[in-house]
Amino acid sequence: MSFKNTYIGTIVYAVKSLATGMKVTLCEFFTRKVTEHYPENRKTLKISDRHRGVLVMPHDDEGNNKCIACGLCQMTCPNGTISITTKSVTDEETGKSKKVLVEYNYDLGACMFCQLCVNACPKGAIEFSNEFENAVFDRKKLVLKLNK
Amino acid sequence: MTDFNTIIEAIDSSLNSMMPHSAAVLVECILAAVCAIGAYLVFAIIMIYMERKVCAAFQCRVGPDRVGKWGILQVFSDVFKMLIKEIIDIKNSDRILYNLAPFLVVMSSLITFSCLPFARGLQVLDFNIGIFFIMAASSFGILGILLAGWSSNNKFSMIGAIRSGGQMISYELSMGLSILTLVVLSGSMQISELVEDQTRGWFIFRGHIPAVIAFIMYIISGNAETNRAPFDLPEAESELTAGFHTEYSGMGFGLFYVAEFMNMFIIAGIASTIFLGGWAPFYISGLDGFNEAMCWIPGIVWFLGKTFFVIWLLMWIRWTFPRLRIDQVLVLEWKYMVPIGLLNLLIMTICVVMGWTF
Repeated sequence: MSFKNTYIGTIVYAVKSLATGMKVTLCEFFTRKVTEHYPENRKTLKISDRHRGVLVMPHDDEGNNKCIACGLCQMTCPNGTISITTKSVTDEETGKSKKVLVEYNYDLGACMFCQLCVNACPKGAIEFSNEFENAVFDRKKLVLKLNK
Repeated sequence: MTDFNTIIEAIDSSLNSMMPHSAAVLVECILAAVCAIGAYLVFAIIMIYMERKVCAAFQCRVGPDRVGKWGILQVFSDVFKMLIKEIIDIKNSDRILYNLAPFLVVMSSLITFSCLPFARGLQVLDFNIGIFFIMAASSFGILGILLAGWSSNNKFSMIGAIRSGGQMISYELSMGLSILTLVVLSGSMQISELVEDQTRGWFIFRGHIPAVIAFIMYIISGNAETNRAPFDLPEAESELTAGFHTEYSGMGFGLFYVAEFMNMFIIAGIASTIFLGGWAPFYISGLDGFNEAMCWIPGIVWFLGKTFFVIWLLMWIRWTFPRLRIDQVLVLEWKYMVPIGLLNLLIMTICVVMGWTF
């Protein structure tokens, strides 16, 4: 029988392990607190880049986006959040017909922020921003048109 | 050091000159009761606020800070919410006992509270078996808890009450043993004498090793007596919703809540009285200037400072350790605490007899 399993051994072991636990909490007592004072610290608030707040479609300076209207995001969305309207345009040089995006509608109220659409996009045309203050008074305002 | 006896005697003589003796005694009783209840409520408010802040700090949060500056009005708003809540009549409950139970719990802690020596002479009850009386009065709080569980007509309440009864009666034993160790050291059971004796050195220093062991045992059994984690089996919220006070709403629950906090204050108060010297200042023999400076701090500050330090210790324990199982609770008491307590009592007796104490 080892010392740890004897009567005295259990007392010694108990005191040691309890002291370890109390040391941990004592350190915690004096560390800087992690609480965010939210509305007051709005200006300095740092939200993680990986936070999924709202779906956006980045546009460059000339107002072009990378969307090729393939519809993969629409198909992959489990909630039917995304709906794309497209039209066919004939290229004047080659004479080939090409699909072009007309309207990219995204319903924030139905989105569950799974990021499947972003993963499905072959061009990286859409992404989640970390904007999180999305509360509005009317549900219709949650239906957003992402392309310009 | 200010002696409150002179103030109290002045009040007594002025009252006696104004009215017949029996009336003066009645007025004094009412005054003492009002002061005790007032202090009780003030300390309860401070304790609840402190609990929330200290618990938050141990969990790396800041705690309530929205209601009032630093959240100081949080407790008042909680009490207000409790007051406007409906008091529910439980079907098939024992009405009289159900309504009586919270008052028994509060009464027991109030009587114990009035034994605490806040400063020299500032004590409601003081007689030759004070420590004995405290133990007796504090243990009838169990009765209230058992009645609350029994009369609620709810199996969770009943299990909670039974657990609480088993636990509190067991831990009364090791608490008594640790107090007895100190009574052996001081040779008195009167609280004022115990503190007066400690003006030449706190018992925890004078009794050295056995006193320190007794202090640790007292803290452990005190935590168990107040039904706080890691011994919060009577209200184990994940198993029994809220244990014995599941069925109580409004102020019935509020009284249990206040009594729980005040029991913690009382446990800490007794610990500071018998181990850390009560209102006696810190004293090192030889350093006269230092001792002089320490004497300038009033006794009530010393007492409250020590008490709140012990409360902080109790909170530290409460927010560190996970809850024990009921068999572990009883094993800890009967297989470890009681034998160690008895042995410790023996060591202390030997120390006192051989004159090995300071």
